[in-house]
Amino acid sequence: MPLTTLDEKPKKPQDVETTHPMEKYLRPDRLPHIWCSGCGLGTALNAYCHALDDEGFGLDDFAVVSGIGCTGRVAGYVASDSYHTTHGRAIPFATGLKLANPEMNVTVFSGDGDLFSIGGNHFIHAARRNVDLSVICVNNYTYGMTGGQVGPTTPKTARATTAPYGNFERPFNLPNLAASAGAVYVARWTSLHVRRMKKAFQKILTKKGFTFVEVISPCPTGFGRKNGQGEALDELKSYKERSVIRDGADPTKVDIKMDPDSDIVVGTFVDKEKSTYSEVKEQQLAGKV
Amino acid sequence: MKVDQEEEVKSWATDKGYIHIRKEYCKGCGSCIEFCPRDVLEESGDLNKKGYRPPVPTAPEECVNCGLCERVCPDFAIWVSEKPEDELRYDS
Repeated sequence: MPLTTLDEKPKKPQDVETTHPMEKYLRPDRLPHIWCSGCGLGTALNAYCHALDDEGFGLDDFAVVSGIGCTGRVAGYVASDSYHTTHGRAIPFATGLKLANPEMNVTVFSGDGDLFSIGGNHFIHAARRNVDLSVICVNNYTYGMTGGQVGPTTPKTARATTAPYGNFERPFNLPNLAASAGAVYVARWTSLHVRRMKKAFQKILTKKGFTFVEVISPCPTGFGRKNGQGEALDELKSYKERSVIRDGADPTKVDIKMDPDSDIVVGTFVDKEKSTYSEVKEQQLAGKV
Repeated sequence: MKVDQEEEVKSWATDKGYIHIRKEYCKGCGSCIEFCPRDVLEESGDLNKKGYRPPVPTAPEECVNCGLCERVCPDFAIWVSEKPEDELRYDS
């Protein structure tokens, strides 16, 4: 069947939008982005833009702070106020931003290495204080930009540039870490769960307190290739088979294993209310200063 | 430097709306082709400037405008838009 393109059959070309609907939140002069073919970072950014759109955010209403790494590039692609911090220091910068301008909705968009290895201390203390931040961690199990070294979330027995015989270390279970440090909202989705991920992003954009979403993403270049996981598309297909949605599951039992038959438990694990750092401060200082 | 986007985007009319593809943004990951619930898309025979094969709608009449291709694309290279109300044909 011959294809009907608009060139052949122009109906109302002025009515047809020829820019991506999410381009209003991006810097078109910076696109196409540098991420590898099939990388989940683009999908996560896409879902984040859709969440902003659905919540009606303008470019002056939110700020994005990133650390170093592939995920750190997100700050450079978002058209709002954004900051690309030094390694691991995305959360301290975002905390300052939030306290100086409480009206601003601050999102930390960073990777597992940046947030949990170099910036691990900042993460647990921001969660302990319950600073009103939205933290999105794109977890690809490795340090992708530097060539695939062992990171804090690399599963046991996985091969990496610095673990040619398989990784000996026990990895972090990120939802458990966030929940035990005091986060009020903890969820995990894979980069294939595009609509559920968007809903989780909508939730963290509107919920007060320290909110955390982990996005499991393929890294075909730095991680998948060394572990026989094939192309990014094969990894996405494996997410479809392996992921099990268990809302309200115990975060201590949602570890990710290297075994291709093991489950990846996804869902919303924690959703509770707690007074934020700013609220407690206002309450205790009322009438004293 | 802002690229001329108008010329890069090609659009296909479907029953419910339009499919738009900006082939120079595509990195050929194949997610849209694999996860389209109605199998509308196929890999193109042509290469883009980077050497990837972008998708091409070979069955646009099957498209129901669900927008999954738009959500699953990591490269902002494909999206759908709705037709204006007066152009929709409900009988088809």
